[in-house]
Amino acid sequence: MTVIENNIKILKNDLLQMWALVINQMEKARLALINGDINLAREVWVNEKRVDAFELKIDMDSENVLLLNNPVAIDLRFVLSVLKINYNIERIGDYANAIAKVAEYASGPMPESILQSTHLPEMFFTAQTMLQESYYAFEKSDRNHLNILFGMDEKLDKPNRNANRTICNLITENPENTMLLLDALSIMRKLERTGDHILNIAEELIFYFDANVVKHSKLQNDNLKI
Amino acid sequence: MTHAEVNNVNVWYDTIHALKDVSLKFERNTVTALIGPSGCGKSTFLRLFNRMNDLIPSFRMNGTVMVNNQDVYSKEIRIDEIRKNVGMVFQKPNPFPKSIFENVAYGLRVNGINNKTIVEDTVERSLRQAALWDEVKDLLKKSALELSGGQQQRLCIARALAVEPKLILMDEPASSLDPISTARIEELIFELKKTYTIILVTHNLQQAGRISDLTAFFYLGELIEYNLTKKIFLNPDNTQTQNYITGRFG
Repeated sequence: MTVIENNIKILKNDLLQMWALVINQMEKARLALINGDINLAREVWVNEKRVDAFELKIDMDSENVLLLNNPVAIDLRFVLSVLKINYNIERIGDYANAIAKVAEYASGPMPESILQSTHLPEMFFTAQTMLQESYYAFEKSDRNHLNILFGMDEKLDKPNRNANRTICNLITENPENTMLLLDALSIMRKLERTGDHILNIAEELIFYFDANVVKHSKLQNDNLKI
Repeated sequence: MTHAEVNNVNVWYDTIHALKDVSLKFERNTVTALIGPSGCGKSTFLRLFNRMNDLIPSFRMNGTVMVNNQDVYSKEIRIDEIRKNVGMVFQKPNPFPKSIFENVAYGLRVNGINNKTIVEDTVERSLRQAALWDEVKDLLKKSALELSGGQQQRLCIARALAVEPKLILMDEPASSLDPISTARIEELIFELKKTYTIILVTHNLQQAGRISDLTAFFYLGELIEYNLTKKIFLNPDNTQTQNYITGRFG
């Protein structure tokens, strides 16, 4: 194995570890929220520092590969993609941490009625599935795992678009739940942003795989060739 | 506009098939890098344009090599006429054991130009084009062998430019130079592109990336891929090209 192959392998392993950690963080944040589990929420807070440490290490290792190994072609595309994916994964880690904080400061589990009326369970499921699929796409260099992402994002966008009205109506009906509902609104926003970051990651993976730049294009799911 | 063109060229050295059915076009005022592992045929390819291969007894070829719409291998054409139009710079600087001035003036003298004013003007212009004038303008009578390696290489470029060749061949022109001299040669190539067409053999892939517009990858005598340099270095079409430039083989 050449030096650059070895360094790229290390970079990939580190990013996969960070990715898996963030997947785990999001699941713990979800469980902390619906179960009112403060200990689990604090675990997310502690692990957030590991996510940040991974981000710094991956940034530094990517810079070293660019500087010392002069990558070209697929190696160059890999390093450029890793730099951007790294940023996006770290942001998703921040959202998991913010959700866990909501759970930590809440007085108990998020009530089932609020969860159902805000579609939070479905939004969690969608965001976590997208996160997992993007992980597989990177791990296995498999475009097939990217295909579903572009369609799934709408399942996060739609409840988010209706969020203000939904929350307003619920506050009007149950003003005593105002704080909880505002928390739910902020979580909806974070899950929607999580979807956007995963789409950014998917675009970076397409660049890595095929050298195609698809970001900012208005391609629809049905004519996106990947 | 096409400046030079190679069509279906095959080259043999005895029984060794050194170039296999290669076709390529070179546009005016471009820099093209020829890359590939040692023995892949890129230097043989470069030497087709000024018939340097003719000096090798076992050399034989078929196909056509055109420069300025003239068939370089036509029986009617004179070799000294070809070499006046096609300059060449070699891997190691090879100044003649003469003064700096006489090195640059050599090509003019060979072509029968001895008018003092013309010769002096041409020497100055060529040294300026080769970014050497300021360093040697007071040393023109000194031996060229006293210059540094980087200066000698720029002197050789000035010598090639003196006869106004238009097409310049460079066979690893910076491989024996330190990074500062290499950077000066690369800056020079970038400047020369405005006036000349340059074909460059290099083993330094970063150099190919820095200075060439187009890159051709040769392997085992075959032209594997020819494309814009950016395309070759970001997303080559051919797996062999990718393996070579990423260091997987070669």
